Amino acid sequence: MYTLPSKLKLFSIIIMVLGLAGITYGFLTAPKTIEDVKEIMAEQDAHHGGEHAVEAHGEEEHTANFVDVARGEEGYSEAAMEHATDLKPEGHGSASHEEHVLHQLQTRPWSATFVAAFFFLMIALGVLVFYAIQYASQAGWSPVLYRIMEGITTYLLPGSIIVFLIVVFAGTHFFPWQNEELVAGDKILQGKSGYLNFPFFVIRAVIYLLGWNLYRHFSRKNSLAQADANNYDPYRKNFKLSVFFLIFFIVTEATMSWDWFMSMTPHWYSTLFPWYVFASMFVSAITVIALVTIYLKSRGLIPFVSDKHLHDLAKYMFAFSIFWTYLWFSQFMLIWYANIPEEVTYFIIRIQEYKLLFFGMLILNFVFPILVLMNSDYKRVPWFVVIAAVFILVGHYVDIFLLVMPSTVGHNWYFGIPEIAALLFFMGLFIFVVGTGLGKVSLRPKNDPFIKESENYHF
Amino acid sequence: MASKKIHAIYTDDDLLLQAVKQTRSANYHISEVFTPFPVHGLDHAVGLAPTRLAITSFLYGLTGLSVAVLLMNYIMIEDWPQNIGGKPSFTFYQNMPAFIPIMFELTVFFAAHLMVITFYMRSKLWPFKKAENPDLRTTDDHFLMEVDAENHDVEKLTKFLYDTGASEISLIENEQDH
Repeated sequence: MYTLPSKLKLFSIIIMVLGLAGITYGFLTAPKTIEDVKEIMAEQDAHHGGEHAVEAHGEEEHTANFVDVARGEEGYSEAAMEHATDLKPEGHGSASHEEHVLHQLQTRPWSATFVAAFFFLMIALGVLVFYAIQYASQAGWSPVLYRIMEGITTYLLPGSIIVFLIVVFAGTHFFPWQNEELVAGDKILQGKSGYLNFPFFVIRAVIYLLGWNLYRHFSRKNSLAQADANNYDPYRKNFKLSVFFLIFFIVTEATMSWDWFMSMTPHWYSTLFPWYVFASMFVSAITVIALVTIYLKSRGLIPFVSDKHLHDLAKYMFAFSIFWTYLWFSQFMLIWYANIPEEVTYFIIRIQEYKLLFFGMLILNFVFPILVLMNSDYKRVPWFVVIAAVFILVGHYVDIFLLVMPSTVGHNWYFGIPEIAALLFFMGLFIFVVGTGLGKVSLRPKNDPFIKESENYHF
Repeated sequence: MASKKIHAIYTDDDLLLQAVKQTRSANYHISEVFTPFPVHGLDHAVGLAPTRLAITSFLYGLTGLSVAVLLMNYIMIEDWPQNIGGKPSFTFYQNMPAFIPIMFELTVFFAAHLMVITFYMRSKLWPFKKAENPDLRTTDDHFLMEVDAENHDVEKLTKFLYDTGASEISLIENEQDH
């Protein structure tokens, strides 16, 4: 039996309180009127006027390098960007530039909260999927980890409710297609309104929430029932349930990533996008399973989990890091090569305004994991896996950051109090909920048909 | 030098693995094991040194990557730049995304092929080589463990092997040296 140590509990509560305060601060200090924005902009100009000119110059040069040169057409990227910002409700012409900035600045606390909220939700959700895959494939190696996975998925319920509230109430901060005025003047959005309309959006979100949480509830129930059962009925039920959940999940995950991420830029689309989000989700989730396993193992609570199990988890971390890179590159290369204005805007803004994060993420998510985890022996060394895990988790937080921020706040981004506070709050909540969830029952799944095989697992 | 060996045949891989462990802990020397398929954990049980094939594979992969980079740089940038799909071939780094599939493929190609060739050389295999299996059934469903009987009491060793579950035991004496 595991109990959340009181120090860790206190720590999680403290960072939750700090985070909550920071999030509130972010919302309260967001500019209210255009006058505020003008003030902010004037202040910025005064502060680093000279610097600004140099920066702007450098940026122009860079623009010329990246798209215009490739396209052999000066001003190409600017035109494309204009096209992209036209999607924003207030983005028409330069007269409303301040209004546009105001909208983005008001969006920032929303985006900051959403990035962190979704990051931790996707960990819980990814673990749930991994868990379902273990049942559906009747895996023999992993049953020793079932209680750990169930502990992590405890976070699914609170996490999904918070994310649900954010996406439902974010309105036009995130989703330009919810602006009726904009849709009225936009043929493309009118064509998509059969799918992208608010009632259907909410219905879909409710369906996701219900489906995911119901599976989590019943699979956990069956899994616990198996411990006291003298036949394998609960296990069989879980097998069936998992198969159906996986089908349900892959459909809802696709629509979820369209709804919550891709529709932030409703003209832009990529058919690979749901897979890309899934890859990020899955690799982060497995990484967290490995981290929790190492933590519990170091406290001597799970003697039945051996370094062979850790080795397998690390293999998954390694493999799915490469999988993520493969999808990232597949999406990038096709869009880069075709260079069609309505598609390429997605990468222009990310490369111009978020260059360090955009390419840094590749190093964190691909180069580091592949180098750290390539050697077979290192996958069994806990601190090696922890190092790789930290890289992967930071990298995928940046990944979610880059899914949301460029589409919602554009170049008005900054990693400041709202972002850090949101990260702290949800990390605290995650530690608290998962720690409590892990402590509910014994960590050894009794009576599972494969538990013996799992405990004696070796290769 | 005449060498005396005992061939013990097993019919199950788990049994074989068990027998290998017992034989080694009883301080007998296993000179070779023949199996119809790779048995998990057998190399460890027999006490073979860990393979260094993975290291060579990594180096071959790096070689392949370098070859790809040099190749693409030469043919697409230096020798005959072409404008394909609006992508000017003026510098390597601007065109790199288009080269990545080739870099990947050649990395895999070099690593895989050279690794296989290395493996053949290390295990002294070549086309038309005469098989070394002492018993044809080890290519089908039997497992054979070859134990040195040189300095041991053959009776005792036979009894021991029989107890480990061998289904057939035969004493081999040959004149040629190994």
